[in-house]
Amino acid sequence: MNNPLYQQNIISIADLTRSDLELILQTAHSLKQTPQPDLLKNKVVASCFFEASTRTRLSFETAVLRLGGSVIGFDSGGNTSLAQKGETLADSVKVISSYADAFFMRHPQEGAARLASEFTDIPVINGGDGANQHPTQTLLDLFTIYEAQGTLDNLNIAFVGDLKYGRTVHSLAQALSLFNCKLFFISPDALAMPDYILEELSDKNISYSVHSSIEEVIDSLDILYMTRVQKERFDETEYQHMKSSFLLDASMLNNVRDNLKVLHPLPRIDEIDKNVDDTPYAYYFEQAQNGVYARQALLALLLTNHFTAEVK
Amino acid sequence: MNPHKLQVEAIQNGSVIDHIPAQQGIKILKFFKLAQANAKITVGLNLNKNNGQRKDLIKVENTFINDEQANQLALFAPDATINLIENFKVVNKFKVQLPEAFVGVLACPNSNCISHNEPVKTKFYVNHRQDLKLKCHYCEKSFDRSFFNELD
Repeated sequence: MNNPLYQQNIISIADLTRSDLELILQTAHSLKQTPQPDLLKNKVVASCFFEASTRTRLSFETAVLRLGGSVIGFDSGGNTSLAQKGETLADSVKVISSYADAFFMRHPQEGAARLASEFTDIPVINGGDGANQHPTQTLLDLFTIYEAQGTLDNLNIAFVGDLKYGRTVHSLAQALSLFNCKLFFISPDALAMPDYILEELSDKNISYSVHSSIEEVIDSLDILYMTRVQKERFDETEYQHMKSSFLLDASMLNNVRDNLKVLHPLPRIDEIDKNVDDTPYAYYFEQAQNGVYARQALLALLLTNHFTAEVK
Repeated sequence: MNPHKLQVEAIQNGSVIDHIPAQQGIKILKFFKLAQANAKITVGLNLNKNNGQRKDLIKVENTFINDEQANQLALFAPDATINLIENFKVVNKFKVQLPEAFVGVLACPNSNCISHNEPVKTKFYVNHRQDLKLKCHYCEKSFDRSFFNELD
């Protein structure tokens, strides 16, 4: 069976169909169950961080190494000769991609990964382009929801915190619009989900509602996706007042559904109290670990045409 | 001759852009750098339309507007019509149409978009035909026309 993602780019979550997403999630699941330490033997993957990112880089490079591939690259674009000599990204990509079989990149400017993909024949994976997209975060979030609930359809999923600036929640909401989930948005007014995302959801007939505290909806949820509300956006009194509505504490979990899982892209500050960590609902550390499997799945699909045949 | 009829000199060969919304005619001249070309141009501003509204009109001699230019005109005048004239006769008449995308004509309003300093043509997808919005192929942000300096 040919796999539709073979030699493709992963730039923006909107480029992927529902069946692409399902293929990625099934592949991640298979690789988590059955490691494939030789799958990328003799493959070289370039890990190019034009902007620093510890977690994404380590997770991605671990994924390459766990599949038996090798990594070349750099982790801070500012120190490279590329940046210092003022080379265009287009030229850098042409050169680096002549050394490697796939190209994973983070860049501070929006559109960098799309542009890179136009100057190379090897697959490009976007590890974050400015404030635009971070599709591998979305894929690991989807995989975690799929793993925790056994499905992505017909779930009640709430997003809490900074819904205005968080690209993570924007892409995840867009991806979930391909499945029949009910979405709940819980944020201070000043950090509400942007209108263009709400319009897209309405266009796709996705049911959503807006709320002002977690407790309004927590008992009917399958997934509670927490994000950080940046303290510096509010004055102290405002922040103290808001805390109770947008922070999660173990005492709020008394009447929730048994299958509820709490997710968070990390790092967290105080929006999830440490007392939640020991409850059966905490799932954010598993989520972080799943980043490696989601990225392994992408590498497997982009670089090997026949691996999907082995997916059970 | 009807003394109240619009007095605009007919052209022998060239293009007539009609049904331009009032105030947009000057912007079109500037955007397409029409006045800088050698062609003889007749411009009518704030002309009366049958329905009491006003319109602008541009006649360009010895220049035949092609489909791509007509599509770009839609940025300013979505209901404009183009008349191609040969030997004082209209040989082709068509309405401008918004294309699927505008390539290489507008700079991205997002200053952090990668398209600014790289060897690529900008590309904007037309994604709301009622209320024109353009989405950048690179940074994926959508903008309405007021964000584009070129369209001022």
